[in-house]
This record gives sequence, structure tokens and C-alpha cells, in this order.
Amino acid sequence: MTIEKIAKILDAKLVCGKQMLKQNIEYGFASDLMSDVLTLDEENVVLITGLTNMQTLRTAEMAEIPCVIFVRNKKASKEMIQIANENDMVIIECKYSMFKTIGILYENKLEPVY
Amino acid sequence: MNFNYKIKGGDFSAAGRASSEIKKILKKLNVNPKVIKRIVVALYEAEVNVVAHADKGSINAEIDSEKIRITVVDEGPGIADIDLAMTEGFSTASSKVREMGFGAGMGLPNMKKNADILNIKSKVGQGTMVELITFFKS
Ligand SMILES: Nc1ncnc2c1ncn2[C@@H]1O[C@H](COP(=O)(O)OP(=O)(O)O)[C@@H](O)[C@H]1O
Ligand SMILES: [Mg+2]
Repeated sequence: MTIEKIAKILDAKLVCGKQMLKQNIEYGFASDLMSDVLTLDEENVVLITGLTNMQTLRTAEMAEIPCVIFVRNKKASKEMIQIANENDMVIIECKYSMFKTIGILYENKLEPVY
Repeated sequence: MNFNYKIKGGDFSAAGRASSEIKKILKKLNVNPKVIKRIVVALYEAEVNVVAHADKGSINAEIDSEKIRITVVDEGPGIADIDLAMTEGFSTASSKVREMGFGAGMGLPNMKKNADILNIKSKVGQGTMVELITFFKS
């Protein structure tokens, strides 16, 4: 599913990375534990997280994760947006809970990593 | 080619800067993206370990046509039992480190998984040296 579709079905705000909207996402991974995210071998993963700090973006950068969704209305800071822009990554701010966000993505057939 | 970076213990806002710089260099050198990911994931966990567990440190990266050799050296508490520290789930991380998304005891095992060669030397009360070597072609 494209990043564009993800933002649409979550009724969520695209903070940066407009140029990446057509990129295809195959897998979803939800975690607040960045060490766990760093163990993934899959490509085209969207990270769904409630952890909003610089390390979330650095982790996505190192792990080649093209799209990060912040749940529960958590906001991306200027510094986070800067890292995302440098690396062509998309940040999405979603008002739904972690549970609801994941549920919607799962219902729409986004694959789990495990 | 040789690159050097400094790391400040406790400074989570800056953790990952050196890894990011090295990632950009490897991209410019057209290293296979899969290999780049393995290198920078291991390096980033090592960088975070200095920020999380030590007082200060430095990263040196030596790149030649076939490999990258990275040494991460710190001044800090050191590791008393390296085998124990390598066990998945072993962690002495503070709650502050856990709030940052680390401290689950997965860093060293993941460094071992991703690097071709991992060497760790440590002296309690003095510091730790982590060496990560990865070949560009397997
Ligand atoms: N540079 C270091 N200096 C001191 N202790 C370290 C260092 N790196 C790792 N350790 C020790 O090894 C443990 C395991 O490290 P790691 O697997 O990265 O897990 P975590 O960092 O999540 O605790 C740490 O909790 C810490 O006790
Ligand atoms: Mg660690």
C-alpha cells in the first residue's frame, strides 16, 4: 500500500516527505523499543510508534525505514523533520491510539513483519 | 580514508550524528545499501552505548576499497563481564535510557549479528573499546 493511502485511511497529517507519497509500503512494525526496530531485515517497513524523540528518527534513518507514524497526536519537532527531510523520510502524525492505528492498517492488509 | 567523531556521554539529542555522517559517506562511495544498513545499524548501537553507558568517547572509521574498520573507544565504567553483556536481554541501562527507546539488552547481540567481525575490550573503571569490521563484498 502506498504511503499516500496510509495517511488517507488513518485520516492523518503528513508532516514531511510529500515527494515519497507514491512509495510502496509492504510491512508494518509497531514498537517503542528502537533496539527492536534495529533488528529488522525487511525493507519498505512503516514504523508505528508513540516514541517521539530524535532517536526515533535516527533509528528510522539507520534501518532504512521510509515512513514513521506518530500516534496519539504526538508531534514531530523541527529537528526531527530536518532529519526526515535529509533522508527522504515521511513523518505522519495520527490522532488515533496505537491500537486503533494498527487495527486499521491490519484490516487494510498491511503485512506484519512476524 | 579516515574519519573521526566525538561522542558525549548522556547527550541523547546528538546520539546518532556520527553514524549518520558515516552512512552518508558510504552512500557516496556506492557501497551496497544492504551492507550499509548492516554497518550503520551496528555502529549506531555502539554509538548509543557510549551515550547511554559511558562519560565520553570517540569513533574512528577507516575505509579502504574492501572494508570499513570502525573503532568506538570510550572513557567510562567499562564492562566487567563481556560474555554476560553479550547475552540478549542483559542490561544495566537507566530508566532515562529506556525512555529513549534503548536499554533492552539487544544492542551488543545486534552488533554481533550485523558486523562481520566484532571485538570488545574493556577495563572496569576505565573504559571500553569496540571494533567493528565489515567487508563490502561477501
Ligand atoms: N560502552 C559501554 N560502556 C559500559 N558498559 C557498556 C557499554 N556497552 C555496553 N555496556 C554494558 O553492556 C550491557 C548490554 O549492552 P547492550 O546489549 O547494548 O544493551 P543496552 O545498551 O540496551 O543495555 C549494557 O547494559 C551495559 O551494562
Ligand atoms: Mg545498547
